[in-house]
Amino acid sequence: MTAISATGIGAAVKRKEDYRFLTGQGRYTDDINRHGQVYAYILRSPHAHAEIAKIDLSAAKAAPGVITILTGADYDKGGLPAGWQIHSKDGSPMIEPPHLPLCKDRVRHVGDQVALVIAETYAQAKDAAEQIDVTYKELPAIVSTADADKPGKPQVWADAKNNLCFDWHIGDKAATEAAFAKAAHVTKIDLVNQRLVPNAMEPRAAVGEYDRATGEYTLYTTSQNPHVIRLLMGAFVLRIPEHKLRVVAPDVGGGFGSKIFHYAEEALLTWASAKVNRPIKWTAERGEAFLSDAQGRDHVSHAELAMDKDGKFLGLRVSTIANMGAYLSTFAPCVPTYLYATLLAGVYTTPAIYAEVKAVFTNTVVVDAYRGAGRPEATYLLERLVDKAAREMKMDRVEIRRKNFIPTDAFPYQTPVALQYDSGDYFSTLDMAMKNADWAGFEGRRAEAKKRGMLRGIGISTYLEACGIAPSAVVGSLGARAGLYECGSIRVHPTGSVTVFTGTHSHGQGHETTFSQLVSDTLGIPIENVDVVHGDTNKIPFGMGTYGSRSLAVGGSALVKAMDKIITKAKRIAAHLMEASVADVEFKNGTFTVAGTDKSVPFGTVALTAYVPHNYPITELEPGLEETAFYDPLNFTYPGGCHICEVEIDPDTGVTQVIGFTAVDDVGRVINPMIVEGQIHGGVTQGIGQALLENCVYDEESGQLLTGSYMDYCMPRADDVPNYKVGTHATMCTHNPLGSKGVGEVGAIGSPPAVINAVLDALSPLGVTDITMPATPLKVWQAIQSAPTKMAAE
Amino acid sequence: MPTVEMTVNGKGASAQVEGRTLLVQFLREKLGLTGTHIGCDTSQCGACVVHVDGRAVKSCTMLAVQAAGATVTTIEGLANGETLHPMQEAFRENHGLQCGFCTPGMVMTAIDLVKNNPSPSEEQIRHGLEGNICRCTGYHNIVKAVKAGASAMKG
Repeated sequence: MTAISATGIGAAVKRKEDYRFLTGQGRYTDDINRHGQVYAYILRSPHAHAEIAKIDLSAAKAAPGVITILTGADYDKGGLPAGWQIHSKDGSPMIEPPHLPLCKDRVRHVGDQVALVIAETYAQAKDAAEQIDVTYKELPAIVSTADADKPGKPQVWADAKNNLCFDWHIGDKAATEAAFAKAAHVTKIDLVNQRLVPNAMEPRAAVGEYDRATGEYTLYTTSQNPHVIRLLMGAFVLRIPEHKLRVVAPDVGGGFGSKIFHYAEEALLTWASAKVNRPIKWTAERGEAFLSDAQGRDHVSHAELAMDKDGKFLGLRVSTIANMGAYLSTFAPCVPTYLYATLLAGVYTTPAIYAEVKAVFTNTVVVDAYRGAGRPEATYLLERLVDKAAREMKMDRVEIRRKNFIPTDAFPYQTPVALQYDSGDYFSTLDMAMKNADWAGFEGRRAEAKKRGMLRGIGISTYLEACGIAPSAVVGSLGARAGLYECGSIRVHPTGSVTVFTGTHSHGQGHETTFSQLVSDTLGIPIENVDVVHGDTNKIPFGMGTYGSRSLAVGGSALVKAMDKIITKAKRIAAHLMEASVADVEFKNGTFTVAGTDKSVPFGTVALTAYVPHNYPITELEPGLEETAFYDPLNFTYPGGCHICEVEIDPDTGVTQVIGFTAVDDVGRVINPMIVEGQIHGGVTQGIGQALLENCVYDEESGQLLTGSYMDYCMPRADDVPNYKVGTHATMCTHNPLGSKGVGEVGAIGSPPAVINAVLDALSPLGVTDITMPATPLKVWQAIQSAPTKMAAE
Repeated sequence: MPTVEMTVNGKGASAQVEGRTLLVQFLREKLGLTGTHIGCDTSQCGACVVHVDGRAVKSCTMLAVQAAGATVTTIEGLANGETLHPMQEAFRENHGLQCGFCTPGMVMTAIDLVKNNPSPSEEQIRHGLEGNICRCTGYHNIVKAVKAGASAMKG
């Protein structure tokens, strides 16, 4: 193995993007101002469910600065499409209700768009909106996930009987029933995976612009995937052909999934910019973001695990209700199905699995992918269930995991729920994490804490996930309405510097650095000579964007393919210059050589020759040195690992403090370990947030969002989380050229059950066996007060 | 509309504003200093922190007219030419930022924190950053950066 260069693959290179962010020179959507720009305010529904009887705009239209006010009556374009179609057990397609950017006759959640007010200033638009007189006829609302499909509940859509969007299943029901029939013990669990709000720190924003001279529209938007927005908005909503529509996603301040989807505001601003013939800017206030950004999770599940007398897993059956919200967001239908139930084998050899998933509509904000998307829900279910099984079987919780792990020599491993894992080594990540967390010394620490009157607990989660999604043909057969390849271009300039164009998008992940490392290492050129361009449909040939931890595994693989083409062509040029046979030309460390001779040509000379082709094989080869490649993945990638959390609970207050958190993750080949560790830190913090702090709550009667600001929705802060012990242990992905698996989501996937299992371990001396997320001080204190075993008096 | 005048990043600045104009709006919209960000509407997130007369202030919680006559420093005013302020450099060196959106407020808060406590412990740093929310980094590297920045600021 060659040594890692200071900027090569495997080096902790400091980020190229940091200088501009640290000096206030980032360029986020709200920082963009266009000549003649006006501002939009969106009047949103104050009711969870109501008929719009009348809208009186007369006073508002006369307000200072108002240019126009548009309502559903004015909107003559298409609805926002769902990008994935699920079929129910009976073969019928999911119910796909219309999703218009402006409501016409009915509002279906608090925050639904009612009117678009455009004025010279934002304050004027907002002031005018207060003068819009909407007469609503209120209707009863349903917000409960568990109750939505019960008879007699308020109906969100007439077509969706009992609010059912689809009733889907996967796995072999008969084989699973047979497994349960021979079980020595069955462990059962009921779980809620609560609704979360992704809360990227940059609120969504958009600037829509129309150029009357060319007929071209430009949309600047806070998006993780500008080409997908162009495709969805252009082809399905506004019917603008791609060559007349440019979508730019500049610097984006975090996404975590919530900026994947095509949102109403994007279509409205683009549409309205032609109507008023001025650029229009809209920026969400945080309160508005709570009412309009797609939310995450929101599952209610029952699961049963069948075991033999030794704790070997025989079968698993799961039934889940997943809340879609009031409409179907772009990727919502695939989250609780192909990104969730296909993960239910986890890292275990469970031979028979059957899962049923009902998706329901409610009068709430839409739910879609949020960091992990389905996989945190599956992991939480499995890892809570396995811990409970160990308790019931009176087995050690680590031993029951080891006993059921997929053996390291069993890959490729076919699960009973569609996926085929290519690689993994769950024993090593477990052993490393236990060592790093000093698992063996825990009982000493528990005893020491007890002396101080504190309850100390340790929890574990061994998990895997499926990301880098996925082969286009496979996802197509499962209902995806798009391909999931990625595109990359390498433009070698005449003097040998390189511009990289990628269809992925960086909104914190540091692609400008990681991709520069990959390209500089592969082409043997200094990292300063490489720049990465993303986020503009007019600059990049195509792209599917960033989500599902796919940027390196899929987008990086596209760049590798493009560089392969560059090197192939460059070798032919070098062969000509060195008067050698192409077959004899070798390329290493930025230099072309001829085997067995001292002839050599540097990369820069080949680049210059390609653009100044005086001495060039011009009859055989075109001038220039630029290549584009599309890479369609051959499989999902399967990162996995072990997370261990240690907590201390103050029984007087119920406050849980996370004392330590150890993660050992297998993310395949690592290009930049500094960035990889940062991704894990962030993901774990969101997982701790889910486990202990965050909860999106709607009032059951009124459907009002009760947690609509940072005063009510508890975001993790610096003093809520510990220093992390993060490590990696790589088994290579076997089916992409990099061996990389993806790291964006592992932290959020593996961590919540580790935290809750630690809380339950701390409470175990009291006989507490269940607690729901988030395990707030109130809930923990109540659990202690109502525990079967009382705390011993001090 | 009243005219407000103040010193921003060492230069005189003045503009007509509505009475309700917030300091952050004045900086972003009137002066084009878009490095100061707006991440919430309840004074919770700290993306908008600037220094007013040497103290860290959430600029979404102050009217522009209240800052009349004040000396304001924003993230754009920290570096000395191409040379980053030691706290900016510490964030870069320790990977204390990812998407960069909370970063300006985080750096401005950190500098104020260190000014008041030149050798903060990890616990003091975490407590001191409680008014700044970051969704990307999990704070691990921010805490490291503030510690390193504090050492560098002494030198």
